[in-house]
Amino acid sequence: MSREMTGAQMVLQALADQGVDHIFGYPGGAVLPIYDELAQQDRLKHILVRHEQGAVHAAEGYARSTGKVGVVLVTSGPGATNAVTGLTDALMDSIPIVCITGQVPTHLIGNDAFQECDTVGITRPCTKHNYLVKDVNALSRVLHEAFYVARTGRPGPVVVDIPKDIQFARGEYTGLTNSQHKSYNPRVKGDERAVAQAIELMAKAKRPLFYTGGGIINSGPLASARLRELVRMTGFPITSTLMGLGAFPASDPQWLGMLGMHGTYEANNAMHDCDLMICIGARFDDRITGRIDAFSPGSTKIHVDIDRSSINKNVKVDLPIVGDCAHVLEQMIDAWKAKKPKLDRAALKVWWAEIDRWRARNCLSYRKRDDVIMPQYAIERLYALTRGHDVYITTEVGQHQMWAAQFFKFEEPNRWMTSGGLGTMGYGLPSAVGVQVAHPDSLVIDIAGEASVLMTMQEMSTAAQYDLPIKIFIINNEYMGMVRQWQELLHGGRYSHSYTAALPDFVKLAEAYQGVGIRAEKPSELDDAIREMIRVKKPVIFDCRVDKHANCFPMIPSGEAHNHMLMGDDVTGEDIEKAITEEGKVMV
Amino acid sequence: MAQPGSAYPLEKKEQRPETHTMTVLVDNEPGVLARVIGLFAGRGYNIESLTVSETEHEAHLSRITVVTSGPPMVIEQIQHQLERLIPVHAVTDLTVKGNPLERELAMIKVAGKGEKRVEALRLAEAFRADVIDSSTGHFIFQVTGEQSKIEEFIALMQPLGLVEVARTGLAAISRGPERM
Ligand SMILES: Cc1ncc(C[n+]2csc(CCOP(=O)(O)OP(=O)(O)O)c2C)c(N)n1
Ligand SMILES: [Mg+2]
Repeated sequence: MSREMTGAQMVLQALADQGVDHIFGYPGGAVLPIYDELAQQDRLKHILVRHEQGAVHAAEGYARSTGKVGVVLVTSGPGATNAVTGLTDALMDSIPIVCITGQVPTHLIGNDAFQECDTVGITRPCTKHNYLVKDVNALSRVLHEAFYVARTGRPGPVVVDIPKDIQFARGEYTGLTNSQHKSYNPRVKGDERAVAQAIELMAKAKRPLFYTGGGIINSGPLASARLRELVRMTGFPITSTLMGLGAFPASDPQWLGMLGMHGTYEANNAMHDCDLMICIGARFDDRITGRIDAFSPGSTKIHVDIDRSSINKNVKVDLPIVGDCAHVLEQMIDAWKAKKPKLDRAALKVWWAEIDRWRARNCLSYRKRDDVIMPQYAIERLYALTRGHDVYITTEVGQHQMWAAQFFKFEEPNRWMTSGGLGTMGYGLPSAVGVQVAHPDSLVIDIAGEASVLMTMQEMSTAAQYDLPIKIFIINNEYMGMVRQWQELLHGGRYSHSYTAALPDFVKLAEAYQGVGIRAEKPSELDDAIREMIRVKKPVIFDCRVDKHANCFPMIPSGEAHNHMLMGDDVTGEDIEKAITEEGKVMV
Repeated sequence: MAQPGSAYPLEKKEQRPETHTMTVLVDNEPGVLARVIGLFAGRGYNIESLTVSETEHEAHLSRITVVTSGPPMVIEQIQHQLERLIPVHAVTDLTVKGNPLERELAMIKVAGKGEKRVEALRLAEAFRADVIDSSTGHFIFQVTGEQSKIEEFIALMQPLGLVEVARTGLAAISRGPERM
């Protein structure tokens, strides 16, 4: 099918052909032709954000909660540069995004024209791929390719930069074709021999452990379903990274909780002591491995990943399997069923007994108080009182994010949206906007820090405009708590600029944004206030005043091994000061 | 707790660095070289030599030959990171395939008179370098071969009035009848 139309019309047509229902954007001179087309139709809904960073985070939330590609439309120059943080965030967390940027007309490119920037140059290192379209007849092909690249293989953000003259120019539009891409065709099926070897190793294991990550979520709900099947078939314990929460139900007895820097005692000790590590869709990131030369020293490592370059990047593995998680999991299930392996039941029993001893350490315990709300308690209550609702959680970055990961239990994939790789403060609020757009009747909560949320607070205005009843649940400790915690660990408790004086009155701020403000200061008021928040069908800012000095434990201090964790209930000031060695201090 | 260390900046590099020659087959489209070079710069990989030219005009394919060095784990990373770039069709580590043919071309300008000039010409013959430009006061030699030969020739020209050198960088191809 080939039709003549303008470049701007092609953009809308391509989005329609790709099944896009919502885009997040902000207009400007270099995208006006596309905005003009938008105004003349009502199939595609445009959400007007308040900052282009917010547009990308909203598209990320939309993408991560639906499995679809998130779409962004911004103008040239400052529109594009404002989007860079979001694009980098999406790259680090492998979120499929197509971001269309306007550009100055082709004849002005390179002339330092008004609102010109080298968008493809700036975004080259923070996208999976990008394009500058200089021929209107190439536009439709490029747009369809952009969607293909964004969602295929390891997903990621793709930028399509369209000069304004190309938006006006007329050319041939070509629809979707199913021709193969000439160079980019990631393999999805794992090598059968490697899968067989993996099953062989699993059958003999005495202390096995599944270590899974965001790749399972990216692969789609089928991958989570198959993961559950395989894990239950084997009876092995399972842990996951921050990005993978929800792929396996937290209520399952085989679940050990999250691993890594703020992971559970049982998960980290199991990582350290296992004899077989089955890594699926995770990437041995430094938050996970801790001290790399002491990382799981005695284990044989299997690594399933769609991205070949993730394998042997940080940790040398014994059995790599390149492929899509859902496909490889299916192959593993089939191979397991065919082999009907005889497991070393006695050894596995000993292993589980060891794990149960670690569990009994009760590593997430904290001292509850009657006079102030402990942040952990706030999240526990939020979790308890939202049962029975259709809940999606986003977060900002800091202690509250880690507490959310520890205390909010996820049973399903795509329910947990957080900035893992980049750690972007300001991610949660716009992300919640995107999630709520995709799931208008669900309960969407941003578990926030008072510092982070101010970075993208203006998106409250977006929420108000589109009647998006998002809930901003601020764990307000008046500190950049995570920074303060590190200053205690590294810098003798000298709190250099980690206290925010002159915070706004969040209740009034909510009202100023046409939302509802709620405050809780005492544990006794908390439950009613949370119930009220859930009841209100408007955007809510919940100012939850918590203990200002609580720290997030357990913690593997940077530069330490998994079996050297700091625990919350018995840590002393002296432990904290001595926890990080001189060499560990240079790490972030 | 002895021997702290870890996460990326502190990793003790026990692996010895190796030098590898890779060829990268890419779509000849704007920005593709920037992607390849940006990858090396952004991830801190070394480029010792890099050449690029369109080698298949019909298919618009260019061939990049890059010489890089690093510990084995990094070399493996470089190959897989290159493969991840969308316009990249194929990456071959010629060093791993074994003993590739590697050649470079250099143009070497030498100025001088009398005894030195005679000596330069005599050496050029020994190296099978061609004179591609000359006057009574200078020669420009063209020499091709392995890098070591070119290095050696340049070193010999140094005392004989070496003015400047232009080099193409290394082109490489695997031995035998197969395609990369
Ligand atoms: C954009 C950005 N700037 C700086 C940082 C560094 N940083 C990490 S956590 C943090 C403090 C976050 O404070 P808050 O949102 O109040 O969360 P808390 O740790 O108190 O729960 C800072 C500044 C970051 N992650 N992102
Ligand atoms: Mg805070």
